[in-house]
Amino acid sequence: MCHQSVGLTARHLEANGIPTVILGSAIDVIKHCGVPRFYFVDFPLGNPCGKPYDLEMQRSIVGAALQLFETVSEPRTVVKDPNNWGTHEWRQRYMEIKPEDRARMSRQGEERRRERQRLREIGHTRQD
Amino acid sequence: MFSEKCEFDPKYDIAMHENQPVHYMERTRLYYEAQGFERAYQWAHFEDVPFTPLEKPLSDSRIAVITTGSRYDRLLTDPRFVDSGEIDELPSHLFAKDLAWDKEATHLDDLGSYLPAQVLSELANLGTIGSVAPRFHCLPTEYSQRRTRETDAPEILARCREDQADVALLVPL
Repeated sequence: MCHQSVGLTARHLEANGIPTVILGSAIDVIKHCGVPRFYFVDFPLGNPCGKPYDLEMQRSIVGAALQLFETVSEPRTVVKDPNNWGTHEWRQRYMEIKPEDRARMSRQGEERRRERQRLREIGHTRQD
Repeated sequence: MFSEKCEFDPKYDIAMHENQPVHYMERTRLYYEAQGFERAYQWAHFEDVPFTPLEKPLSDSRIAVITTGSRYDRLLTDPRFVDSGEIDELPSHLFAKDLAWDKEATHLDDLGSYLPAQVLSELANLGTIGSVAPRFHCLPTEYSQRRTRETDAPEILARCREDQADVALLVPL
């Protein structure tokens, strides 16, 4: 959802004369939304600028992302960063639903809907 | 070429192609379906994409940085609102418990891994960019696309203009 909010904001900035680059890790959300320039870092969500405490990698990623301001001439341009996270297990584990989780998730959903209803009744606007 | 163009095909099976990007929209749909929500979320989608070319070299441009982290606990706030902090007075970390980053695979203990203030400052000192805007901006993550489009995005634009930013780097968690 972070990528969608950022995508909508980047579109607004561009429409009002400010060039943007998005540096992020959820390529499907960004491509579905449609943004001018996206630098894609294929890492778990949370560290788009590089691995924690790896300043050299962060310099390399941020520097490459900024190049898009000068090199991109058309919208919907996506450039992929060459760095690797090193492992791939996280790809499958993120929001993974195992058969044994389903009953618990169903109960969570019920609780969530009750909480939403309660918040609506006291005038809150948040829906998540 | 330092980077390569990336093609993304959402029609893949994650179990069959472990090196492929995660399809977050599909994961989210399945997750909420398992929680019993009947209507799938309609993600923002546009055919047209606005585009503003760079007006002057990056070495003469002032850059604003925008994060989806926050300086305060958004779980306690309703509605959430755009916030800004001084780029020269960075906190040790940003509040992000409410966001859907991968809390099993990684952590946010290093601010530089998601708010590139230090690297941008270095690049300004090197002359690669003209300068860094005096404030970084915190954009609330919202399910309501209307709230982002009509409230938060215009506020971010106004603050970028106040800071005389020429370009913006947006870094979602």
